[in-house]
Amino acid sequence: MTSRVVIGVGNPDRGDDDAGRAVAARLRGSVHDGVAVMEHAGEATSLLELMERADACWLVDAASSGAPAGTIRRFDVAAAPLPHTLLALSSHGFGVGEAVELARALGSLPRRCVVFAIEGAGFEAGAPLSQAVAQAVEAVAARIVRELQEVP
Amino acid sequence: MTDRMIKVNYLARVEGEGALKVRVRGGIVEAAELNIFEPPRFFEALLRGRAYTEAPDITARICGICPVAYQMSAVHAMEDALGVTVPEPIRVLRRLLYCGEWIESHALHVFLLHAPDFLGYENAVAMAKDHGEAVQRGLALKKAGNALVAAVGGREVHPVNVRVGGFYRAPRRRDLVALRDGLERARDVALWAVGWTGGFNFPDCERDYEFVALRHERDYPFSEGRIVSSRGLDIPVRDYPEHFEETHLPRTTALRSRIRERGAYLTGPMARYSLNHDRLSPVAREAAAGAGLGTTCANPYRSIVVRAVEALQACDEALRIIDGYEEPEAPAAELVVRADTGHGATEAPRGLLYHRYRLAPDGSIEAADIVPPTAQNQASIEEDLTRFIPDWLDMDDAALQWRCEQTVRNYDPCISCATHFLRLEMDRRP
Repeated sequence: MTSRVVIGVGNPDRGDDDAGRAVAARLRGSVHDGVAVMEHAGEATSLLELMERADACWLVDAASSGAPAGTIRRFDVAAAPLPHTLLALSSHGFGVGEAVELARALGSLPRRCVVFAIEGAGFEAGAPLSQAVAQAVEAVAARIVRELQEVP
Repeated sequence: MTDRMIKVNYLARVEGEGALKVRVRGGIVEAAELNIFEPPRFFEALLRGRAYTEAPDITARICGICPVAYQMSAVHAMEDALGVTVPEPIRVLRRLLYCGEWIESHALHVFLLHAPDFLGYENAVAMAKDHGEAVQRGLALKKAGNALVAAVGGREVHPVNVRVGGFYRAPRRRDLVALRDGLERARDVALWAVGWTGGFNFPDCERDYEFVALRHERDYPFSEGRIVSSRGLDIPVRDYPEHFEETHLPRTTALRSRIRERGAYLTGPMARYSLNHDRLSPVAREAAAGAGLGTTCANPYRSIVVRAVEALQACDEALRIIDGYEEPEAPAAELVVRADTGHGATEAPRGLLYHRYRLAPDGSIEAADIVPPTAQNQASIEEDLTRFIPDWLDMDDAALQWRCEQTVRNYDPCISCATHFLRLEMDRRP
């Protein structure tokens, strides 16, 4: 049996930055027991630790690239690095993109590793998810459920 | 090449957002400015009207890297206001929590943020391709620090177990003993890191800094002691406002600290080390000597070696604390609310962090004042650049920019904390 992990990354108190964690919350209980579903603040080194234990990993994070709010992008990062424009400029200069690339450089990137980026509308402190992002959360959760079924 | 402008619009491998602008005219550095453009965060205003019990958790949110420092300065200031001294087992547990934060923070900066400067890589990812083993060791060290913060603080980031007077729950002895093996491995990594970083090439740049750090009668400083300096300052923490002042410059959202009458000073690992070398544990002192450090260190590029020494000190002390740990009878001291003003200063990984609170009779906060280490070091960072750049003017712009950024990273600046911070702008025209 493959070890599989879904990690939703973000800050639940910063509006659409909660998108990744909202996907994880949505999936918890709806995926079967062998899948670890986690919420994470995005600090790269501890993210790396979670990833390197897995054979297959799905990461979900919010993005701020200028695309329309709710836009979903899927990256097979086992095949190619994240595009530069989406390498998160987290406040520590060290986030999901760096965790993925560090894992690749260290040879510990899961064989299957997918990053979903959900474009946020706003990241205000205390704001709820925007409607466009809430819909995208449902769509990404459903997509991950399907992809989990493809990996035995 | 004598007139140049170097401009870094968004400094990498520092915490937060800031820019650096250097203007050279006729071979003379006219300006070296750190511009902190991260928006102000108004934490001090946010604290007004809140209960004294809320300060540790609110101020912890100022920083994701050094939340323990904010919590410790807050609890010490509140306990000063309330006239409370915590029992020895709680004091020791606080040191253990602080060891965890130093290990986490120093491991991140030494291995992932600063080492690439010395080994010639753009970042840790590029460095990891050739130095995978070193990066793995750094990650293991950081993990040991994370585990310590989680065990004592309740979770790895923004610990939830700290309160004024002590902790909500004291960790069980068996939970701490379970961390021993990981910490022993971490101590070996830190010992190795002192030698590894000691072998890097350092620019020959020494400065006559006024070092400022806490000094305690017995311990290497975390949370207690007097504020001392290499030029004779020796004051209790509550006298901080009389000797230090903050000024605001229009170009930055951070305040800049100075010692009244004298000006810039330096806080952080080099200051702590130089003022407290005799308080290091034997293993840390021996490792430092083996890596070529004297009893003081005034070359800011060697700060990476000092951070490795401090990580070793923290691992060693954490092991000693765990071995002697006995669960306290109560996790916190009893508190009686009163109106007064309290001061707290502790040693965040990047330097002295000062808090002052004035409490109303019901314990609500009437006024709050927080001075983070990066604001205190900002003037020294700019002075380093002004002094060092003239010797580097034969470098091309790319090399010079790199060296300037490295110079800023010597300080492990925490711009979000200072917010009140990095882009480089280098102007060298006639």
